[in-house]
Amino acid sequence: MDFNLSSEQKAMQKLCIEFAENEIAPKAQEMDRTGEFPYEIIKKMAKLGLMGLPIPKKYGGVGTDYLTYVIALEEISKADASVGITMSAHISLPCSTLYDFGTEEQKQKWLVPLAQGKILGAFGLTEPSAGSDAGATQTTAELIDEKWVINGSKCFITNSGTDISGLVIVTAVTGKREDGRSEISNFIIPRETEGYSQGPKYAKMGWRAADTRELIFSDCKIPKENLLGDLGSGFRQFLQVLDAARISMAALSVGVAQACLDASLKYAKERIQFGRPISKFQAISFKLADMATEIELARLMYYKAAWLKDNGKPYTKEATMAKLFASEISVKCANEAVQIHGGYGFMDDFDVSRYYRDVKVNTIGEGTSEIQRIVIARQLGC
Amino acid sequence: MRFIVCIKQVPDTTSVKIDKRTGRLIREGIPTIINPEDKNALEAALSLKEKYEGEIIVISMGPPQADEALREALAMGADRAILLTDRAFAGADTMATAYSLGSAVKKIGEYDLILCGRQAIDGDTAQVGPQLAEFLKVPQITYVSELNIEENKVVAIQELEDKRVRWEASLPALLTITSEANKPRYPSAYGIMDAYREKEVETWEKKHLDIDEERIGLEGSPTSVKRIFSPEPKGKGEIIKEEPKESAEILFNRLRAKNII
Ligand SMILES: Cc1cc2nc3c(=O)[nH]c(=O)nc-3n(C[C@H](O)[C@H](O)[C@H](O)COP(=O)(O)OP(=O)(O)OC[C@H]3O[C@@H](n4cnc5c(N)ncnc54)[C@H](O)[C@@H]3O)c2cc1C
Ligand SMILES: Cc1cc2nc3c(=O)[nH]c(=O)nc-3n(C[C@H](O)[C@H](O)[C@H](O)COP(=O)(O)OP(=O)(O)OC[C@H]3O[C@@H](n4cnc5c(N)ncnc54)[C@H](O)[C@@H]3O)c2cc1C
Repeated sequence: MDFNLSSEQKAMQKLCIEFAENEIAPKAQEMDRTGEFPYEIIKKMAKLGLMGLPIPKKYGGVGTDYLTYVIALEEISKADASVGITMSAHISLPCSTLYDFGTEEQKQKWLVPLAQGKILGAFGLTEPSAGSDAGATQTTAELIDEKWVINGSKCFITNSGTDISGLVIVTAVTGKREDGRSEISNFIIPRETEGYSQGPKYAKMGWRAADTRELIFSDCKIPKENLLGDLGSGFRQFLQVLDAARISMAALSVGVAQACLDASLKYAKERIQFGRPISKFQAISFKLADMATEIELARLMYYKAAWLKDNGKPYTKEATMAKLFASEISVKCANEAVQIHGGYGFMDDFDVSRYYRDVKVNTIGEGTSEIQRIVIARQLGC
Repeated sequence: MRFIVCIKQVPDTTSVKIDKRTGRLIREGIPTIINPEDKNALEAALSLKEKYEGEIIVISMGPPQADEALREALAMGADRAILLTDRAFAGADTMATAYSLGSAVKKIGEYDLILCGRQAIDGDTAQVGPQLAEFLKVPQITYVSELNIEENKVVAIQELEDKRVRWEASLPALLTITSEANKPRYPSAYGIMDAYREKEVETWEKKHLDIDEERIGLEGSPTSVKRIFSPEPKGKGEIIKEEPKESAEILFNRLRAKNII
């Protein structure tokens, strides 16, 4: 077993550490306060190749393995979760779906500009009445006069309404299967399509700078060739894509958890009460010890899941465990981070108060903790 | 145009610790970086190349691990990288370092501009650049914060403590670059992939160079470090607040008591 990262992976990590510290972290508080989408940062990241890391060069990306991508994502998320989710919701969802299932033509037309970061991509699965039960999609697609006509709505869709959002991949019902359940297919919907509109940006507890919106489709007509992959394969496609996306959600969670630990350790060494640094109180130092332990374990788990994926082995169970554990410890670490900061941790001027709000969605987005446990239990044969 | 940039791999001094017992650097596990001002030198070359085209060759003398620093330079956009590495080069002082680098530059052949960092953050002498220029017998401008190429000469602003001086030098020339000169670009992820998968770091050993063995490495170094120590922190100064005349007298007596005057 070899726990060393390659020189190339270390170089990518170093790039992301430096970029995150210099270009993202100084702006994080302000972005959180205003909720403004970080156009400048995303533009710089695109130029460096960070918006298409695991996508092969011939499709506009950099061509790293998945592990390198998620390590990079951890570092970006450590500086700011909104930027992290923007990167991850772009790469792990629409880019990956196009790469895994798109035709050569679709890849050239859509994946290239996405991976180059010229446009931002979104993935629309969730609907008002189809959340955890994603198969309950009610949005429909009908082939009329050689065009797909989409009707319905989506909610909570990340990256959908920025000035650079170029497309959304949506799931829609295209018929009934023999077992009576809906047949679901995936479609590429360009941003400017008539009949496709986005609601205003939601006001959110965290991830405030990230762009999350409701989508409405009313007689939205797209060319026949915008069907992604085979007709009726939509359910299988998003299950596969979400498996890998869980690894990135785990990496994002570890990034913020690490930020919680770093801030808390520094603060605990500086804050004097009863004549000594609070880090000298066992009650505080044990919190820090637990945080460090859990973060290390979460990181190992997402590394392993990524390694399995890179080596062509099954990884559904491990990716799900990584997402479940990492997201839950991120919530715990943020809670302890605020506790260690005392009253200061409750103040907007302290980063930990942002972390506290940012991490909660980690146990909800891309599958709730409850759903992760269902998936793991199924993998165990329950 | 052909640019040669000399880069040194140094320990990241923000995370360096000193062994309190021996007074030596603890090198284990300390991340290494490209000497910061060498990145400024490389950035200067990269922006000149954007204007005038040409080739950038980065060169470093150091242990095999310096490969990493050279790859980073390739990822930032350098075209070619050369690592001078040989046990025989080890323990070099600034003179032997400059001589070895100079021998490599001679092997490279034609060039227009050599760019060095002003100073390395570990050795800290700021001597290698000037010594290299002397060895190659080319004009040098040190402490450069701005530079441009005009016709067949380089025009540079030298940043001194109390003034800025504008210099011109014919090409080829050597400049040492300060951190004020620019903000070094990030290596791109595309660049990192190319640096590790497409490009090569050439390794030159002693035997590849036309070099006088007596002038390299520890043996060829006329200077040596006698002792490394952390200076004792200075005690707090004392302010004598009497009337000027009395203060002078107190001070005079104190200094006299210490045999200073
Ligand atoms: C900021 C943000 C960004 C998002 N971005 C995207 C995006 O880009 N694209 C996208 O498609 N979606 C996105 N989502 C949606 C997200 O994936 C869903 O919110 C999530 O899957 C949960 O669905 P729901 O909100 O409808 O909750 P529900 O499914 O209604 O769940 C409510 C509660 O019931 C529990 N529950 C549900 N079913 C079961 C069960 N069988 N057993 C036990 N407990 C159960 C859940 O765990 C949860 O605790 C985003 C959400 C947020 C908040
Ligand atoms: C443990 C230790 C022991 C040492 N022992 C001695 C000793 O006994 N005697 C002695 O004189 N010095 C000694 N040195 C210093 C060593 O010789 C210098 O580090 C080296 O020669 C470069 O000098 P500098 O670091 O001061 O670089 P500077 O002169 O400050 O560097 C200026 C510029 O020159 C270029 N440059 C410098 N070194 C290189 C390189 N290796 N490859 C490519 N470009 C380079 C870079 O562009 C750099 O920015 C020692 C250093 C260490 C860390």
